[in-house]
Parts: sequence; structure tokens; C-alpha cells
Amino acid sequence: MLSDRRPILLANGRVVDPSRDLDIEGDVLIADGVIREAKRGIHASGVPEGTEVVDCRGRVVAPGLVDMRAFVGEPGAEHRETLASASQAAAVGGVTTIVCQPDTTPVIDDPAIVDFVLRRARDTAIVHVHPMGALTKELRGEELAEIGLLKAAGAVAFTDGARSVTNAQVMRRALTYARDFNALVVHHTEDPNLVGEGVMNEGEYAARLGLIGIPKAAETVMLERDMRLVALTGGRYHAASVTSEESLAVLRHAKQSGIAVSAAASVNHLTLNEIDIGPYRTFFKVAPPLRAESDRAALVEALASGLIDIVMSDHNPQDVEVKRLPFAEAEPGAIGLETMLPAGLRLVHNDALPLATLIKAMSTRPAELLGLPCGTLRPGAPADMIVIDLDVPWVLDPDALKSKCKNTPFDEARLQGRVVRTIVGGRTVYEYV
Amino acid sequence: MNIAPRPSFVLNRRHLLGIEGLSREEISGLLDLAEEFVDLNRQIEKKRASLRGRTQINLFFEASTRTQSSFELAGKRLGADVMNMAVSTSSIRKGETLIDTAMTLNAMHPDILVVRHHASGAVELLAQKVDCAVINAGDGAHEHPTQALLDALTIRRNKGRIERLLVAICGDILHSRVARSNIILLNTLGARVRVVAPSTLLPPGIERFGVEVYRDMREGLAGADIVMMLRLQRERMNGSFVPSVQEYFHYYGLDQKKLAYAKPNALVMHPGPMNRGVEIDTAVADGAQSLIREQVEMGVAVRMAALEALSRTLPNA
Repeated sequence: MLSDRRPILLANGRVVDPSRDLDIEGDVLIADGVIREAKRGIHASGVPEGTEVVDCRGRVVAPGLVDMRAFVGEPGAEHRETLASASQAAAVGGVTTIVCQPDTTPVIDDPAIVDFVLRRARDTAIVHVHPMGALTKELRGEELAEIGLLKAAGAVAFTDGARSVTNAQVMRRALTYARDFNALVVHHTEDPNLVGEGVMNEGEYAARLGLIGIPKAAETVMLERDMRLVALTGGRYHAASVTSEESLAVLRHAKQSGIAVSAAASVNHLTLNEIDIGPYRTFFKVAPPLRAESDRAALVEALASGLIDIVMSDHNPQDVEVKRLPFAEAEPGAIGLETMLPAGLRLVHNDALPLATLIKAMSTRPAELLGLPCGTLRPGAPADMIVIDLDVPWVLDPDALKSKCKNTPFDEARLQGRVVRTIVGGRTVYEYV
Repeated sequence: MNIAPRPSFVLNRRHLLGIEGLSREEISGLLDLAEEFVDLNRQIEKKRASLRGRTQINLFFEASTRTQSSFELAGKRLGADVMNMAVSTSSIRKGETLIDTAMTLNAMHPDILVVRHHASGAVELLAQKVDCAVINAGDGAHEHPTQALLDALTIRRNKGRIERLLVAICGDILHSRVARSNIILLNTLGARVRVVAPSTLLPPGIERFGVEVYRDMREGLAGADIVMMLRLQRERMNGSFVPSVQEYFHYYGLDQKKLAYAKPNALVMHPGPMNRGVEIDTAVADGAQSLIREQVEMGVAVRMAALEALSRTLPNA
């Protein structure tokens, strides 16, 4: 099966492999769906007959991206997104592994649904798809989901998706039980009572727009509670989406105390702030909300220092019916599979972040956390990789997006850099021409 | 018709969506224009023909008696054909068909839409989708521009100016579009603005609006020229934002005793409808210092001014 793929030589590129702190001019040889070699001068020493040689001069060759938080509508909301359409979008964005969330209908809280998603992905998706399983049944935050069986079926982590587990006792038990299976618990930290009717970041700007604010404390309170529970239980914990400076202080303290926690920030929170909402633009309504510029800057700094482990897209397709409404009534969420890397590259072009750090946070770290073999260019690793043109300028045309919904905050945005080739399991699934 | 219109003033905008962004000249121009209509409205012959042939639709997604009738009267006195659509009482449920409703009405070729909606930003959203002029008659907790204009007109007629006056806005600032529009307008015209409320009814970030913030009525009213009271919605009275009506009235209800801390010639305003015994005592509401009924009169004049000013920039005007 694998042998019908032609070997590919990605020649003369800038090879960036954060798993080995590698950033060199060199070549990568792929055959039989795995990486054979990644080093200087493969071309000179000869490659197998029939190898497709791709000139990557001036381009970056890196491991494919692993998007740790993407909401896909299948099963239950296929009008918003299917595994197929999400995977098409992912391929364009250089995401070779999508980690989909259990917020589906039915909820992914049953091993049969995990199986369904994996089979549908195998049959229809052009990139890898791994579901997270529900942490509690029906995401209600009351009873534990079948963490063991779900994990055995292929769930890579456990989360209540966009919902928070408000009952501390339930969270404690979930962390304790998950520990026995070495399962990663991923939590959306927003206290729903403190969020209340809030629709954007609390502060002057919300006051001016006459919108009800969400205090940063809604996030900090929940994150701080979780840190205590992780210390108590010794479970593996990942904060799904941190957005504020205060949360970073909580994380820093936890990490310094040696607690097993990691955290992600969405590319939206790293590149946008509350002011971008402008005149009630609902494409900028996300949960947790976009924060102040000082928070955004602090997140970028934390990403550079490694305090933030992961950058994810928070891909959340919402159609016009639920977005073309007054701001307070619109659904939160923004698509991001296709724009995660180009938007993230803004930070690299601004010299806020080395490229290798960004790739690490979008590929190597999530693969490590989820126990996936990708996220590296080590010989023997699966040939999930991307070629990036760092400099090509382009304007995002929403009609050109592969995602079924067009709710992108980068609508008409000027971007610099994009993926020009995406390879999954040794096969080219996308090429920018 | 012996009051000559002043066609010199043109509000060079398609819509009136808020006070924010209006210049001092634009606000003064609207107030001057409204003055003419105050005089007109006190005559037996109150009709003008400047909107003859125009269609004005009052689209109210939120129930309102006084604002809607004020706009209706204003339009009719200027000669427009006025239609009222109360969406909140029809079968259309909230939010979901805002754009559809707008498109449907737009197809009937109205010239001016007057819109009230319970969600902040909804009127602006609607304005983006229609071809006619739109006047915001109140959107959520965002803006209520004609209310701020009528308040300013009332103040100006009684005090002769707005500049350097000390205005205390008291009560539920958090949920009030009237407060927001007034803060912006009064600051633009050079007044000194205070807000007085319990902290639970103040939006975080209010101190950056160019206002002085007070939690104590007596301190907040000290030396005030104008005391502007806001309505406290019933659903916010019992435990969610303030503990009870009794406690609220005790600390924040305007009675003669508290009013005595303001200047002796201070004037009292309220956008209505009033909750007597909640935010304002009956004796004050009906007292000599009250401008509340005059505000209603100014409301019609200001809305005529807004309609007239916008109509001057309508196509084929």
C-alpha cells in the first residue's frame, strides 16, 4: 500500500525541526510514508529512482501542524463543517493533524462515536483526524464519561469542549480517574456564572459599545481552582485556551511548583484584541473573548518563553444565520484551520517570535502532549510535513476558503507567508500554485 | 407658516445612529433647528411640508409608548406618511429576523426608518442593509441620541448654556443608553459630568469616559446644576444588582433631602417612564425644580429637527 507512493525529496530548503532544535539548510527525503532522512546534502549522495524532487530553495520545510482545538460539525452539524471540509481547510493551512472536539451531536462520549469519527475521517478526510473524548457524559459536567474505553477506542484527550466543569468535585474525580489511564484532561476555563450574559471582554470598550463584559476573573478563578485540583490529584492537565495576563501568572506559579500542566492560546488571542471588534463585528466574537492589547502582548511573550506550550486555531465554523445578528445574540466562534499559520507568522515577521518557536507550538508540542508520532522530522517519523513560503504577500478572500463557513476574523486581511505544499503520510494533499 | 425654515443647516450624514462622532457644531446645529420647531409646535397650525411625500417607518423591536409617539408626531407634523411597526408585539421573535425585517421594509421604499432594538449595535447592523436614512431610537445599552439631544435642548433653554454646567447623572448607568449618549454629548459641549450609582450599576471602565464617579448621592449631587435621574428596570431591583427597592430608594432615590445638596436652582430631569418611589420621589418629580414634562415637549421638537436635518440629505431632496 505505502509503496505506491513516489519518494519525494524536498531539496535545498530551510529545514526547521523543533523536536531536534534543528534549523539548517538541507534536504528531506520521504519514502513509503515516512521520513527517511533530514540533513544536508542528500541530493548529492543520490536518491532512489523515480523520486520527485521538489526545489525548496528559499522555503521552509517543517513538520506538519497539529491543531489541538478544532470544532468540526460532524456528526450532527454537517451544514457547518464535515470532517471532509475541515480536512480540506486543514490541508491548505498546513495542518496535517486535526484534533476535533467532542461538542458534536451526539456528543463524543461513547466509544462507538469515536469509532464513527475515525472511520469517517479515514474515508473522507485528507489529513489525520483524532477526536478528543468527552470528560463527562453529554458534556454536562455531572458524571464521568467512559475515559478508559474512549481512550482505547482512540480518543487522544478528554475535555468538555467549549464547556467548563463547574462542579469542583466532578473535576477532582475526573482528574483522579484519568490519571490511572495516563489520560490528558483538557479544560476550557471559563466560569459560566461569572461570564453571565457577558459577550466581550469587560472594560472601557465593552462599556462604550453598551455590551455586557466578561471579567478576566471568569477565567482566572477557574484556572486557579484547577491548579489546586491538579496538585491534589496529580492528574495531567492542559488549559484549553488562556487569554489573559492574570492567567499567565497562575500558570507560571503552577509550573514553577512542578505541577504537570500545559496551556494553549488561540491564534486569535495572539494576534487580535478587543478593539478589533470595532462596530460590533461578530466574526470577532469568540469564547473566551478577545482581551486587551496588554493581554495579547503578554500572551506572545509567554509563548516566546515557553510558558504557553501550544498555539491552536480554535476553529469553530458558524454560519451566517447565527453570525449576522446583533453582537450579543450572535454565536461565538471563528474558523482558523486555514489561517492559523499565516496569522501566526505575523508574530514571526514582527520579530516577536522565532519561527522555530511557532512551529514547535503548532506541531511538536501538541504531538508530544497527545502522544502522537508526528511533529518531528526524525528519520522514521510519519511523513506529515509542510513547505512554507514565509514571504509571499496575499489578501484573504473568504470565497476562496475551503471551510463550509466563512466566519473568519481575517476576512480581507493582508497576510504574509503561506503553506505551499502539505504532505500527509508521504502523499502531497495540497499544493499552492 | 410664519416660521421660516433654516435650510442652511445640513447634517451631512445619512443616518443618526449615535451621539458619538457628532461634532459640537452638528449638535448645536440640531439644537438650533429644534428651537424653531419648539415655536412651531406651540402654534395652532403645527404643520410643515418639508417631509411631504416621504415615508417614515417606526420600527420598534422593543415596546415604547413615548418615544414612538414622539417620533410619530414629529414625522406627521413635517408632512411625512408615518407607519408604526411594533415588532415586539407581532409574531416575529427576537433577533432572528432583524435583517429579514429590514430587507422587507427596505423593499417598500421608505425614506426614513426609526428603529429601536433591545440589542446594542442592532440599529447599526440594520442601517448597513437598507437604502434609506436610519435614526436610532435606542439600541440596547448603547445609544439613544435623540434623548440626549432633547435633554441638551431642555438644559440649554433653562440655563442658557451647557458649557461649564455640572451635570450629575444618577442611577442605573450600567444598562443605560440614555446615560451613554448624554455623557458623550455633554462632554462634547463642555459640561462637567458626574455619574452617581452603586458600584454594581456602574460599567467597569466608566472612569475613562471623562466623568467623575460617585457612589454617594450627597457627594455626587453637591454643587450640581442639573440632576438627571435614570430609570431602574424592575428585574434589576430585587437582589441581582441592588438588594431591594427600599434600600435603593434609601441611598439613591432622589428626594427633597438629597436634592438639597445640589445647587439651590438645580433642575431635575428624567427620561421617563418614572418609577415613583424607586429612583425618584413624587414630590421631586412634580416639584418646581422638575423639567420632566418639558423634556417630553422638547422630544417632539428634537425629533422633528433630526428628521428634517436628515431629510435634507436624502436623494432628490
